[in-house]
Amino acid sequence: MTTEAIRPDHQVIYGIVEPGSRVLDLGCGEGDLLSLLTSGKGVKAQGVELSEPAIYKCVEKGLSVFHGDIDSGLKDYPDKSFDYVILNQSMQEVKKVDFVIDEALRVGGRVIVGFPNFAYWRARLRLFFKGKTPVTYSLPYRWYNTPNLHFLSISDFKEFCADKGITIESEHFLGRNRGQQFLPNLFALNAVFLITAGNNRKER
Amino acid sequence: MTTHGNAGTIKVQYYTFAEPPKELKLESGQSLGPITLAYETYGELNNEKNNAILIGHALSGDAHAAGLREGAGVKELGWWDSMIGPGKAFDTTKYFVICSNVIGGCKGSTGPSSINPKTGRPYAIDFPLITISDMVNAQRHLIDHLGIDKLLCVVGGSMGGMQALQWVASYPERVRSAIPIATALKHSPQQIAFDEVGRQAVMADPEWREGNYYGLGQPEKGLAVARMIGHITYMSDQSMEEKFSRRLKEKNYSFRFKTDFEVEGYLRYKGDGFVRRFDANSYLYITKALDYFDLSGGITRHPGRPIDTKFLVIAFKSDWLYPSYQAQEIVKQLKIRHADASYCEIKSTYGHDAFLLEAEEQTHLISHFLKKVYKDKEGR
Repeated sequence: MTTEAIRPDHQVIYGIVEPGSRVLDLGCGEGDLLSLLTSGKGVKAQGVELSEPAIYKCVEKGLSVFHGDIDSGLKDYPDKSFDYVILNQSMQEVKKVDFVIDEALRVGGRVIVGFPNFAYWRARLRLFFKGKTPVTYSLPYRWYNTPNLHFLSISDFKEFCADKGITIESEHFLGRNRGQQFLPNLFALNAVFLITAGNNRKER
Repeated sequence: MTTHGNAGTIKVQYYTFAEPPKELKLESGQSLGPITLAYETYGELNNEKNNAILIGHALSGDAHAAGLREGAGVKELGWWDSMIGPGKAFDTTKYFVICSNVIGGCKGSTGPSSINPKTGRPYAIDFPLITISDMVNAQRHLIDHLGIDKLLCVVGGSMGGMQALQWVASYPERVRSAIPIATALKHSPQQIAFDEVGRQAVMADPEWREGNYYGLGQPEKGLAVARMIGHITYMSDQSMEEKFSRRLKEKNYSFRFKTDFEVEGYLRYKGDGFVRRFDANSYLYITKALDYFDLSGGITRHPGRPIDTKFLVIAFKSDWLYPSYQAQEIVKQLKIRHADASYCEIKSTYGHDAFLLEAEEQTHLISHFLKKVYKDKEGR
């Protein structure tokens, strides 16, 4: 396995997930991350994906995957069915984020969330000086063709977790090719959080 | 559709068991025996006997799933030949593929048109009511006879998919993987209603004679109507539009009750063809078995026990007879039991017939799925 070709966010998640665990990847795409986790960490992997062509790619890779959307993909699972539920670059595309996060925390002990940072400095500049919707490396779409339904910053997500009583176990900030620890809300393109329900969890 | 090569010329084989007094105990409490199963096989069983795949056929299907049937007359390709053969989804150079006619059928296996040894005449409606579980029980005897302990896969579309599910329910330790296609855990009232209309069409035909028509001729009109209704439910609004639109057989309307529209001609042709090849009583028995099928309470009887069988569940977008929500009900049960499973809803306009026609997409999913199951060590 060469780490060169592996996306930085996948490397971070690879580092988080413990060997042999049960993993549910919501919005698993063509299954690159799950393949990596299966071959390298021996996880028991399950994907959920909406795109039919992506399903074929997953099955080709020998992965188990359910065709469906994330919003309705979790409700049938009993509590703690997985050790990790992954929402990498897919949380911002679901309709009801708070519901999905709640469900993910119910179904999995730990939840890994990865998303593009809307408060990245270039995004701020573009909005401030040009008065235009940000288009960045991690937010490459135009306003009319983006699959993203929600735009959030690293600070937004931390505030969300605090409000919801969700414990942030670890946080990882990424630049284009590597980590970006300095003023992440300004300089990081992507963020990956490991969260758990926490003890002081508020009632839904 | 894949056309390269087929499984070759195939000879139907027969296996007879459950000779009295060791008759097969049926779900209804009645017994049946002796039982003959007509079956075909394609490819070779390997030394480890771990490459066997059992195919279940749909309502009007038979054991002739692939290759060319040996015998007189026109050589006829099997009903799933696009999927079974060298290099196909069920690759006969790797796997040993078995397909048998269900009990209650009329294509060589014991059914209502078979001779009742007690009377020397066809059973007719003295034949006991059979269920999907009885069909699978009979198949299990055949699999025992072939010396196979564990099937690599049980697969089928529609009623064949119910058999795949029932195999996991009845003999979970003997099935490594299952591929239920375009099927359900139970018939909805709508599905039962369509079946009942078909049965009533048969039974309302005076030629049915309370089932005792053997030697006198089938209730052709009733059975043809039943089949016509069936065909409507197997297609989709869009596939009918594409196939027939409102095209006429003649230039103008006849202004008589003739077959003006192509769709009318098609249905009559299908109905007429069906009565020549299918027994009306078998139609009654098999549709009843479909309606009785219900695994919605649990694919395995032991609650909390995980399902070790690997699943690939397939549905088709335009299938309104077995809509994808029914496939998702299967998926739901698999999630609860933490089964290793995949599900795909294939985009198709063919309706329920898609499982017979969409060879390319199914081949892609099935060939990779089987490769994985075959490669994985037992008892993972």
